[in-house]
Amino acid sequence: MSDRAFGFRTRALHAGTPPDPETGARALPLHLSTAFVFDSTEHAAELFALRTYGNIYTRIGNPTVAAFEEKLASLEGGIGGLATASGLSAQLIAILTVAEAGDHLVASANLYGGTITQFSVTLRRMGIETTFVPGGDVEAIRAAIRPNTRAVFTETIGNPNGGVADIAAIAEVAHAAGVPLIVDNTFATPYLCRPIEHGADVVIHSATKFIGGHGTVLGGAIVESGRFPWGAGRHPLLSTPSPGYHGMNFAETFGEYAFLMRARAELLRDVGAAISPMNAWLLVQGLETLALRMPAHVANAQKVAEFLRSRDEVAWVSYAGLPDSEERERAARYLPLGAGAVFTFGLRGGRDAGRAFIEALQLWSHLANVGDAKSLVIHPASTTHQQLSDEELVAAGIGADTVRLSVGLEDADDLLWDLERGLAAAAKVAAVRA
Amino acid sequence: MILETAAERRELMDRSRTVAMVGASPNPTRPSYFVFSYLRTRGKFEVTPINPATAEIDGVKSYPSLAAYAAENGPPDIVDVFRKADDAPQVAREAIAAGAKAIWFQYGVINDEAIRLADEAGLAVVVDRCIKVESARFDGGLSLSGMNTGVLTARRRVR
Repeated sequence: MSDRAFGFRTRALHAGTPPDPETGARALPLHLSTAFVFDSTEHAAELFALRTYGNIYTRIGNPTVAAFEEKLASLEGGIGGLATASGLSAQLIAILTVAEAGDHLVASANLYGGTITQFSVTLRRMGIETTFVPGGDVEAIRAAIRPNTRAVFTETIGNPNGGVADIAAIAEVAHAAGVPLIVDNTFATPYLCRPIEHGADVVIHSATKFIGGHGTVLGGAIVESGRFPWGAGRHPLLSTPSPGYHGMNFAETFGEYAFLMRARAELLRDVGAAISPMNAWLLVQGLETLALRMPAHVANAQKVAEFLRSRDEVAWVSYAGLPDSEERERAARYLPLGAGAVFTFGLRGGRDAGRAFIEALQLWSHLANVGDAKSLVIHPASTTHQQLSDEELVAAGIGADTVRLSVGLEDADDLLWDLERGLAAAAKVAAVRA
Repeated sequence: MILETAAERRELMDRSRTVAMVGASPNPTRPSYFVFSYLRTRGKFEVTPINPATAEIDGVKSYPSLAAYAAENGPPDIVDVFRKADDAPQVAREAIAAGAKAIWFQYGVINDEAIRLADEAGLAVVVDRCIKVESARFDGGLSLSGMNTGVLTARRRVR
């Protein structure tokens, strides 16, 4: 073995997926088995006590799922990973690993609507309170941190408004208070941004999006840096004896692996949001080609954004890859290979023009997802973000005229041809209204 | 020599057979018991507790000191240290006196004086790492927990 630092594409193909030691199979075997036999009663006891490594039951771990976890952790530059049924369950498990009733979180207000609802409704009902900070303002984050704050949360690229988080500055503010930074890196993927390299401690993914890449399977993941001092006293769930695991002190027992071990042994076990090995297998296929697909997504997104920017029917385009974007500087620092392929724009003529635009499209699929190989379109105010109050919508940077695109891998000319038709329909409505 | 890389730690483990575990506890919730139990049941090392407060752990005789261990068994390949960081220099002196070839300071056992003493005496030194984790990094165990082992190979692991 050598200590060569292998490149991203090499790791995408090889990390976590060596040839199968049992059979020599070169492709990752799909272990569709709920449970695994023990070698002996002593082996079973050692496994249940977490004193040895191995497979017990697929809700807690599975060799195919573990391959996906290790590959993604390698690509993000983390110490390890944990896969879950969806991005939202990954997020829930990450937060419940560090916070309980009576604790507090600080989050950017520019988040996926489902995340805002999970924090402001479900977590609040469980006794975990969140302070939302508009625009990811670093000083406001510093001011919002309390003695019982257990984590700061942001998205690399905000959904849907496209704001780019100043990860290094937020991490510095969080660390100064002894608090970890959790970053949802779904829109960037580790190909475009690796938040751990900028100081983040925990990375969350909805792997359903670009990692899977084909709009086929749900999955989520947590990757941890291995650098945060979980045993320093700020996180008693990790540094005091746990009644959920016969008095185990995770920080003392597992050192740098404490967060991931507690996330798996207690939270994944008790929440039950396990990913299917089938889904993990497909997500491994997705990761293998991530470095080929993302540049193509980004190139098409850039063309689409520039096209829309040039059109009179369009009031504004919020894509960090545009030269006049307010996010340009942060995008250059955190997303040097491209600002992703999901962004929003506003149509002149408001809600009615937006409806006419979407209904006139032929190639762009009208649905609530992003990160498919196919191009997707949606009107957030009436769909993904409809649970939000008007104030929350404004705070999240979403207007009634906002249309969100997820730019796929079709021929760019065909995508522009279709948008042209949508814009013509929108213009007719706008003209009638005027 | 301070071993900084996973490859160096692997070489150390590959060339070592005996591990004397200073501060090994018979209490099944203690980290040292986890490591003792793991190494013993894997059969990779001959692991011996060094703890004056216990006569044996899981049937394996415990010695009151490294000197007592070495008098009966000869120098250990690795002295694995589960003690407070402040106690580490004393353990390092005893390891050197016992003729140990390497000293391994577990998670959190970080003491500059102890590291310097062992390094200057020519021992291989590992700091703030777990011998159980490093062992599992290369036998597939760590991978089964979704951890990033850093191991990339198109060769089939020998079982």
